[in-house]
Amino acid sequence: MILALIEHDAVAPSGTSLEALTLARQIAAATGEPLHALAVAGDAGKLGPSLGDHGVEVLHAASFVGDDAYAPRAWARAVLAGAGAGGGQGAARAVVAPASDRGNEVMAYVGAIAGLPMVANCVEVAPDADGSGWRLRRLRWGGSIVEEAVLEADGPGLFTVAPDSVAAEAAGAPVATELRAFEVALEERDLQVRVNEVLEPATQGVSLTDARVVIGGGRGVGGEDGFAVLEELAELLGGAVGVSRAVTSLGWRSHQDQVGQTGCRIAPELYIACGISGAIQHMVGCKGARNLLAINTDADAPIMSKADYAVIGDLHAVLPAIVAELRKELAR
Amino acid sequence: MEILVCIKRVPFVGGTVVLTDDHRQVDTKFLGFTMSPHEECAVEEAVRLVEAHGGSSTVLTVGAPEAEEQLRYAMSLGMDRAVLVDAGARELGPRSVAAEIVGAVETMRSAGAGPDLLLLGNEAADTGDFQVGILVAEALGLPCITGVKELEVAGGELRATRERGRAREVFAVSLPAVCTVKEGLNLPRYPSLPGRLRAKSKPLATSEAGERVEQLRMQSLVVPREERRQAEVLGHGADAAGRVVEVLVELGVVKR
Amino acid sequence: MAGAPDRADVVIIGAGIVGNSLAYHLARLGVPRIVLVDKGPLPNPGGSTGHASNFIFPFEHSKMMTELTTESTAQYKALGVFTESGGIEVARTEARMQEFRRKLSAAKAWDQEAELLTPAEVKKLVPFIEEGLLLGGLHFPRVGVVDSLRAGTIMRERAQELGALQVLGNTEILGIDVEGGRVRAVRTSEGDIVAGQVAICCGVWSPRIARMAGATIPLTPAVHQMVSVGPIALFADSPGEISYPIVRDVDTGMYERQHGGDMEVGSYAHRPILVEPDEIPSIEASALSPTELPFTADDFDPQMESALELMPDLLGDERAGIRYAINGLISLTPDGHPVFGETSEVRGLWTAAAIWIKEGPGSARVVAEWMTGTQPCLDAHEADVARFWPHQRTRAHVRARAAEAFNKTYGIVHPAEQYLDSRGVRRSPIYAREVELGASFFETAGWERPNWYESNAPLLDEYAGRVTQRAAEWDARWWSPIIEAEHLAMRDRVGLVDLSAFAVFDVSGPGALDCLQRVAVAQMDVPVGRVVYTPFLTPDGGFRADLTIMRLGPSRFRVVTGAAHGLADRQWIVDHAGGGEAVEVTDQTSAWCTVGVWGPRSRELVAGCSPDDVSAAGFAYGTCRNIELGGLQVLASRISYVGELGWELYAPMEQGGELFDLLLEAGQPLGAVPVGLGVYLSTARLEKGYRAYGSELTPDYGLVEAGLHRRMVKKQEFTGKRAHLAERARTPAAVLCTLTVDYSAVAPDDRRYPLGGEVILGEGGEPIADARGRRSYVTSAGAGPSVGEYLLLAYVPPELAIAGQRLQVECMGERYPVAVAVAGNGAVFDPANERLRS
Repeated sequence: MILALIEHDAVAPSGTSLEALTLARQIAAATGEPLHALAVAGDAGKLGPSLGDHGVEVLHAASFVGDDAYAPRAWARAVLAGAGAGGGQGAARAVVAPASDRGNEVMAYVGAIAGLPMVANCVEVAPDADGSGWRLRRLRWGGSIVEEAVLEADGPGLFTVAPDSVAAEAAGAPVATELRAFEVALEERDLQVRVNEVLEPATQGVSLTDARVVIGGGRGVGGEDGFAVLEELAELLGGAVGVSRAVTSLGWRSHQDQVGQTGCRIAPELYIACGISGAIQHMVGCKGARNLLAINTDADAPIMSKADYAVIGDLHAVLPAIVAELRKELAR
Repeated sequence: MEILVCIKRVPFVGGTVVLTDDHRQVDTKFLGFTMSPHEECAVEEAVRLVEAHGGSSTVLTVGAPEAEEQLRYAMSLGMDRAVLVDAGARELGPRSVAAEIVGAVETMRSAGAGPDLLLLGNEAADTGDFQVGILVAEALGLPCITGVKELEVAGGELRATRERGRAREVFAVSLPAVCTVKEGLNLPRYPSLPGRLRAKSKPLATSEAGERVEQLRMQSLVVPREERRQAEVLGHGADAAGRVVEVLVELGVVKR
Repeated sequence: MAGAPDRADVVIIGAGIVGNSLAYHLARLGVPRIVLVDKGPLPNPGGSTGHASNFIFPFEHSKMMTELTTESTAQYKALGVFTESGGIEVARTEARMQEFRRKLSAAKAWDQEAELLTPAEVKKLVPFIEEGLLLGGLHFPRVGVVDSLRAGTIMRERAQELGALQVLGNTEILGIDVEGGRVRAVRTSEGDIVAGQVAICCGVWSPRIARMAGATIPLTPAVHQMVSVGPIALFADSPGEISYPIVRDVDTGMYERQHGGDMEVGSYAHRPILVEPDEIPSIEASALSPTELPFTADDFDPQMESALELMPDLLGDERAGIRYAINGLISLTPDGHPVFGETSEVRGLWTAAAIWIKEGPGSARVVAEWMTGTQPCLDAHEADVARFWPHQRTRAHVRARAAEAFNKTYGIVHPAEQYLDSRGVRRSPIYAREVELGASFFETAGWERPNWYESNAPLLDEYAGRVTQRAAEWDARWWSPIIEAEHLAMRDRVGLVDLSAFAVFDVSGPGALDCLQRVAVAQMDVPVGRVVYTPFLTPDGGFRADLTIMRLGPSRFRVVTGAAHGLADRQWIVDHAGGGEAVEVTDQTSAWCTVGVWGPRSRELVAGCSPDDVSAAGFAYGTCRNIELGGLQVLASRISYVGELGWELYAPMEQGGELFDLLLEAGQPLGAVPVGLGVYLSTARLEKGYRAYGSELTPDYGLVEAGLHRRMVKKQEFTGKRAHLAERARTPAAVLCTLTVDYSAVAPDDRRYPLGGEVILGEGGEPIADARGRRSYVTSAGAGPSVGEYLLLAYVPPELAIAGQRLQVECMGERYPVAVAVAGNGAVFDPANERLRS
């Protein structure tokens, strides 16, 4: 069977889990294997209907003592148990998870414990011609490069699926998902790394990842003080300010605000990139934006080929003018 | 305390990625090299921890001999010594890299200098496998906390925090332990001139990576062909403001 | 943004400091349609201007460079982008202190403010310097930094305000069309532009762009490392960009300058790292910009140590990090001077490249003046791109010489210092014999020319007591007392000089006479067989060339000039050839070799080999004709730059070896000796007061001042005639004099010998300036063995141009009394020219 790991908040599967599930279903179709899913803790039963829409035949609902706190190795043990890691009939041919922080982590443990390769950030996976391995495509450089590879595995293929790369799609015909609950037998070691505490967010206001509009500032802003006008515009639009890595390296803003491969990924309705040249590590962070407006003195900066709209000019002249016009508009 | 930081040499790419003619590598003809961004924070953290708690730090890389450049850079920031596991021009997968690191750690342990804390980047900037830290921890029988954005060591205990959505999860384990960290953990320093000069004479040990068989074999790299958008130029300088606001309204992002 | 216009008077390629300045100056000079194109964005298109360290030290040993810098500084100040900070060169070695004293003298000669400082005085100005390492400093208080990006922007805007300029940023050059050897159009990514003139000002990319038109620009991109260290605690409280003087740690090849809160440290001490123009990354592929290449830390480490020991607290602060480090790209040429002017391959294709920030606006102004035919504000002929001979344009030569010159950027370079690389390219047919004779070869224009012959060492005994002993190592470098012995032997007997390096070209055709008449001061309509010595003048009446012309036929003239300026001289004639009957200018340099035979026994020597009449009556001074010499036919020209009886003998190049051997053998019983250029270019002519183009004959001075005006001015028009007539109508502002140095009060071992450039001071020790503000300095210097004096040439104001007038020369920090020996034109040796005309 093909086993898909589902992250959930006890109400519904996460968006990235559904994307991963979609890929898992593609693998299931290509291999003729049934599609199963696995969820840990919480009221997995609630997930049945949505998983059924996605063609999941069996949901393995794993639990263990103390499963109210996330523990990666324990989750990995749950996956291995669900995958029938003991081998033989019914063992998973492939395990698929979203390439979220937890998904990657859990699958890394699965691979480590089982002694199998784990391939992260896949966008396409298919069994190869003779069925002994896999042909796949995965992301490098946060998505700026796609790698075409073949995987030889003497056990289940382990894959995580890059977010926003596979569109989540319901199955043609929904199925009724069978629920199989089970308890995972754990050792002390499995619970060594475990969430002790959850701290609520210190920051108020719009978060970068949720904001509908993000105003991005790069090296062109020139210094900490230069961000005042970006903040002003963000406030008027109910958005948030993000920065490029150049800005954080120079200590002008906190890393919290960084958008990019090693910062956060944003997917706003509109991203206004000011004084940002468009280095690839930054662009992978904002490629989810619906619309991109670039404000730059350089009409040929790399970002221009990815922008929908552009203003050629110095942001220190352009932004105050936009703020003034916007105030007029809002006052109307 | 003894700290081991593992880094990886990667090219410093600008606005476009150019591939070599055989489509199997990034063309680095015009590019400088650096260590992965997450790892810069790992190095900085190690230096700070040793400054605070005493002990020493080692920086290790598995890669080409040219990676000495990154090791010297890490030492110029304050790492005490370096280890280069020479894999020649081969691209090693995460399991091979982890095995080499484990071998090096076992060598350190047998010399009585086993690390109390191993720090790695959460994932390498280029290959992004997300698993070397966990593989190393498993092989060494150590706990591993990943994605760390805040870190504290006190009395043999490690307390590490990471983000989950807007909230933060806190983990605590006893040392020895493995941590993979993310950029944002700290603001890495730049090397001082004396630091750079000291780094030249700090010890660097070299060993050779073993024969490894990779199960995941890269066939080729592709730069995704994104439609080169033709950006609609709304104007030049401050004069564009009016048109910009029209677009904002059209896009529906102006809330009243 | 509008696309490219269809036509333009001038298309400027490259919007760095040079391109922007050129646009402005052309507009100011009235050029109506100028288009400025750059493939990068403005204001910082990613070239060398964008990361330049932007400081200006006003003085260099080259007068041209100093003047370019002075002019540029004035422009920067007028634009309001200049911040004075002062600059100090610091010496760690005694050799450097000597160099400082030499520089100080030359700085006084060119009216540049400079003073020597003790280590303690240096420390007062730069408190964070480790003065214990220093022997002293050379302080230039007028050093400053400039915002070159802002300067370029303002100049561009001014040109736009004049309505003369259209700017196309982010536009790539796709090709340059050439038709009939002339530029026709520029093809860009925004459209094609038909252009009257095209100026290539794109720094490191210039050779590539020029190649599109089939032209060569001999420069190579090269790396110069720089790092920025900060935050510097001391600078946190200092206002603005720079509050401390810039330090040039010249003995280690480095500089340190404050830049806001950082200390920028640059190096010219690393191994030369040359980059092919095609290896420069595109804007998209670069991490920072195309001329900011990844830093190679290993190359900088030795410099790191030097910087640390010079500024231990400032740079040794652990909290100050290297937060910017690049291998920056700059342009280097084979001889270290910029490249200006019209390319020799394509008419209408101009360039202004390999220019540092400190010369940027000045260079652009000069090139604008050249392009519009306006009298240039300063003489920049040394930067003419046409100066390079074909072999000097090759990639191999450019790279070899640039690499050799790179580490001399802050070096102590002797005025006669020779390159070691790329030698032996042009050898006279007598070369092998000269090697046997132990010639010490100096190179000019690629020619290997003997400066003296070691085989003449026995002459030192013969003339013991009459040759100079130069005790100071510097004075004796690239020199030998044998030169003076050869000089004496030639004046006693006869000397043979290989002058095959002469640039020779024939001007022929129905329009030849008129053409030469137009450029020469002297009357050119002379009988066939006459040799004319004549200068060429600039329209302003200054010197443009100094050469001899033989009339070989009614419509055939042979021009003979020095190797150093041959190409420029030929170009001048070609430029004036048009607008009349046909004229052909044919280069004969590689066709003819020349041997000079001079001395009291020269007639005996030549007569002994020739059946022709070479007597005083039979062969008059200043004439030329073919004679037989042994089994050779040679063109003999009876003139002499050494002031002795004798001839220049011209033979076909392949016969030169035979000619020389023939003369050497026949001359043996007469005591003939081979004589090098140490005599020909220096000692002999100084004794005769013969001026040299480039030394005392420059565009800055006129015929009257140089004492070369004739009794009459010919009635025909010639370039500079009006200016010369005006000069004749007034009192000269300066007079060129021969001076002798009085060493009587100085022990021989302590004597220092001026080599050129030293300032002349009044009796009270103050610099002397003429009515036009030009200061007096040594234009040429050398021994006068026949008169037992050390001779200097210098221009002085007329009130001091009196035989016997006492003055001083400052040489290596020492002042020596000098006296005017000849005021105006005249010789200290054989003043009546009896030998010459015998």
